[in-house]
Amino acid sequence: MNVGLEHFLILSAILFAIGLYGALSKRNAVVILMCIELMLNAVNIAMVAFSHYKAAIAGQVFAIFIMVVAAAEVAVGLALIIAIYRHKKTVDAEKFDLMKW
Amino acid sequence: MGLDVAFWILAAICVAAAIAVVFVRDIFRVALFMILCFFAIAGIYVTLRADFLAGAQVLIYVGAIGVLIIFGIMLTRDSKRGSPSGRLRPAAMLVALLFLGTMIAVIVGTNWGVASEPSVGPTTSEIATSIFGQDGFVLAFEIAGALMLAAVIGAIVLMRDK
Repeated sequence: MNVGLEHFLILSAILFAIGLYGALSKRNAVVILMCIELMLNAVNIAMVAFSHYKAAIAGQVFAIFIMVVAAAEVAVGLALIIAIYRHKKTVDAEKFDLMKW
Repeated sequence: MGLDVAFWILAAICVAAAIAVVFVRDIFRVALFMILCFFAIAGIYVTLRADFLAGAQVLIYVGAIGVLIIFGIMLTRDSKRGSPSGRLRPAAMLVALLFLGTMIAVIVGTNWGVASEPSVGPTTSEIATSIFGQDGFVLAFEIAGALMLAAVIGAIVLMRDK
């Protein structure tokens, strides 16, 4: 069976759905961050697949920008989680109530 | 033909590792499975002839983000708790399955109009021309640099002992 654009897009959708499930259901904030990374990677696969099959290089440029944003997001996200951990001694997302009233 | 086989193997590794990320209990192993998944995605970029992005994927995701996440896990130890699911688990499963079904229906049902000649050559110089050349993405590139600077300063400010 010849691999085409649809296969890469379906792989991307599966990875995105798994990441979405993890990000919505997990309680450990670090695992939520990992699942968000999975979702960003899934989008990157779709971008690169379009770039290859449509012979348009802009898709890969977009993927590079997504990587930049993902790196910045992980740095700030982990800093936030560790700051909250120092304050509350837990990384359980259901116990983060600093902004509730 | 060889690339097709490589795609199926890499896709299987990728999906299996991603499923392990959401279902394995030991959080350190979760991080290792995530790194495996990123590595398989780098292989998938190779099957798409995106050589520069495959290298960048290994450097940034497998190298930098993987190490950063493992550091994060070690600095926020409650490993006895593992990675339990919250109250939202059934709803999250429902949303994810609905999303997956919709996406697959749309992907299969759309005529994508693939270019007759998929690109094959090395991509690094093409990417450079696209970013820095005439009518390129120079402004977005500069903004990405500013974003990185802001993220680094923000992370330092958040982590500093008061």
